[in-house]
Amino acid sequence: MTTGAGRSRSRAWPRLLAVAIVALILLWGAFALYAAGQPLLGAIILGLTTAFVVIFGSDRFYGSRFIFPGIAAVLVFIAFPVIYTIYIGFTNYSSSNLLTYHRAVEVLTARGTVDQTTEQPFAVARDGDEYRIWLPESGLLSEPVPLTDERTAALFPVDAPGTLLDRRQTVALREGLARLTLETPEGQLIRNASLRSFALVVPDYVQTGPDQLTRSDGTVLTADHSTGFFRTQDGVAVPPGWRVNVGLANFERIFTSQGIRGPTVEIFVWTFVFAGLSVLLCFSVGLLLAVILQWQHLRFRSAYRVLLILPYAVPSFISILVFRGLFNQNFGEINLILDALFGLRPNWFTDPTLARTMVVIVNTWLGYPYMMLLAMGFLQSVPEDHKKAAVLEGASSIRVFFTITLPQIIPPFLPLLIAAFAFNFNNLVLIFLLTRGLPDIPGTVIPAGKTDILASFTYRLAFDNAGQQFGLAGAITLLIFVVVAAISYANFVAMRRAAARRAGRTL
Amino acid sequence: MIVERPRDLLVKKILAHGFLLIFLALILFPFLMVLSISFRQGNFAVGSLIPDNPTLEHWVLAFGFDYTRANGEVVSPPYPVLLWMWNSIKVSVIAGLGVLAIATISAYSFSRIRIRGKNAMLDALFLIQMFPTTLALVAIFAIFDALGGVTPILGLNSHVALILIYLSGVTLHIWTIKGYFDSIDRALDNAAAIDGATPWQTFRYVFLPLAVPIMAVVFVLAFIGFINDYPIASVLIRSESQMTLAVGARLYLNEFRYLWGNFAAAAILSGLPITIVFLIAQRYLVRGLGEGAVKG
Repeated sequence: MTTGAGRSRSRAWPRLLAVAIVALILLWGAFALYAAGQPLLGAIILGLTTAFVVIFGSDRFYGSRFIFPGIAAVLVFIAFPVIYTIYIGFTNYSSSNLLTYHRAVEVLTARGTVDQTTEQPFAVARDGDEYRIWLPESGLLSEPVPLTDERTAALFPVDAPGTLLDRRQTVALREGLARLTLETPEGQLIRNASLRSFALVVPDYVQTGPDQLTRSDGTVLTADHSTGFFRTQDGVAVPPGWRVNVGLANFERIFTSQGIRGPTVEIFVWTFVFAGLSVLLCFSVGLLLAVILQWQHLRFRSAYRVLLILPYAVPSFISILVFRGLFNQNFGEINLILDALFGLRPNWFTDPTLARTMVVIVNTWLGYPYMMLLAMGFLQSVPEDHKKAAVLEGASSIRVFFTITLPQIIPPFLPLLIAAFAFNFNNLVLIFLLTRGLPDIPGTVIPAGKTDILASFTYRLAFDNAGQQFGLAGAITLLIFVVVAAISYANFVAMRRAAARRAGRTL
Repeated sequence: MIVERPRDLLVKKILAHGFLLIFLALILFPFLMVLSISFRQGNFAVGSLIPDNPTLEHWVLAFGFDYTRANGEVVSPPYPVLLWMWNSIKVSVIAGLGVLAIATISAYSFSRIRIRGKNAMLDALFLIQMFPTTLALVAIFAIFDALGGVTPILGLNSHVALILIYLSGVTLHIWTIKGYFDSIDRALDNAAAIDGATPWQTFRYVFLPLAVPIMAVVFVLAFIGFINDYPIASVLIRSESQMTLAVGARLYLNEFRYLWGNFAAAAILSGLPITIVFLIAQRYLVRGLGEGAVKG
């Protein structure tokens, strides 16, 4: 380490310069985020910059330089988003409360109505490629504008311009005129009111105090920071709302609202059943095939092996969609064959039990090759003489398998089985591409289906067209988080045991 | 060797082959159907396994060309499959290289450099690695929506944003490469240190050349993982021209516009290269998963 410090000191200046440049870019990013109303993200970039400067600027932390990129990536891209999602679970972030308070006030005060009583005629004068607006009654002329996009132009008191466009030419410009806002020297806003006139714009809402807006009809609105809406005295909320912290309200909804609690509990249970069944079936099928392929007397073993892992090799998003088509009730091949053979046409996508069966069948098809490959590896490590001894004692091959082989491969297999359970617990892709959670659970107020697992349920809450209930989705994410944390810890312990066992055996 | 009677052995062999063949027929049925459908006329699955009037229409469309039917009607490709494939490959290659760089450096430091709290950090990495990105989708959406307000390069519909978030997939690979580095003899580092090499030089000139095989494996694994990603890409990418294959493929089987035949051809076209890469890499995959996960 000392040699490293000595060498890097001799080359310190170029390095420090590079560190300074990167730090400046990051600082600019942090400031831009802060300016854009994202103080939290800005603070994170600031923290990252500080850590970067300390670790790469000082020789004391030479060793940490190697570890910094990995740790930073994990913290920024995994830990922070997960924590932030859970935090959103304590807010009312949704399509009706999308903005920040500041933006919501801006949106409301920017709304205006044209006051028809202040109408005054106008004319347009050409200025090169652009145009000027002439308001003869007030003797004001605008700065040149292209009349192609949304724009605000200032007005100046000057003499009338020489040549004005005629009626027909002015009418031809009406689209551009409609997007123009003029500002008088006194700061009043004037907009196009009709084909012949411009008129004053009266703002619908004026900020008359902190947390208070006054509507043009005199109604006073106060900001309600507990629900994130401006409200009139009668309690009528005026959209758009803004994001506020609502404490445990989302959790209260999950646990008390009948239309949410019912489906959530049902989905929670089904998620465990689905993940458990998937692991069990994949493991059984995979192990059975591995045992058969392990038999020395069998020919063409490598050919069988390659064909058997094909379902694992094909990108899953393609095979899942293929199954979606094959199971199609009216023109899917599976029903055509069942119809021809037995005269059956099961409703794979509308009957809850059949839909769940289909999901598990497809997942077994997708997952058994992985288990088979792992099992083939673990089977090789079972000592042959143990089996021989049992056979000489007169045990049948099935008995040998269950009393000798299985107990020896289960412990090293356990961490991988737990990991597979965790994977299936969050197997959003399968559910989303195959059934999208359908058929729907009847009598719910939120999108929830019979085949939905917690992860797909959350996804639909947040990103399906109806509602964008990010807050509720975040709250359910906390539930998933707790389960995954428990699974993750169990896996950790199982792995430690497996490692200790291996170490004990080799010693 | 346990001696068995020849008659029993023969019966057992026939049973084993029979079981495997029936099982394979069931398992491979979807692949055969898709192949057949891709040559069938129209977008509905009616007809025999071997198409009556085989047509290349779906294949021509999948490659992005217009197809003129016998009656003179011209059909245009419904979706830009090749563009999606290019998007997928571009994003996955860049993100894969990024993951490789971060994972290799981190693995080296976890394996060789003395840092306080290293074991705690390794344990934390293992625990965090179990948390799927599906848990963070809402935040990922909110964050990149906000970043897009600062610069569209990091906003929604941007491949840069997608690549950045894919870098989070680094944890598992750190473990795999660390397992490999742990198996390298310490005498090599000592020799390098005696010759006056800094830890960086040891990494660059001793470890990196040795790690090329495992790095190739990790790159392929990361690449396949990103190609297959659906949740993150579907949240971040909304416009059709920016879509990756995994997000776009779903559009074919929309309830209102069910393009079964076109989907079959596009699926084979895009799935085949990935499948072949995977079959080549799978030996290493299982080894990496088994060892990387169990080496504590």
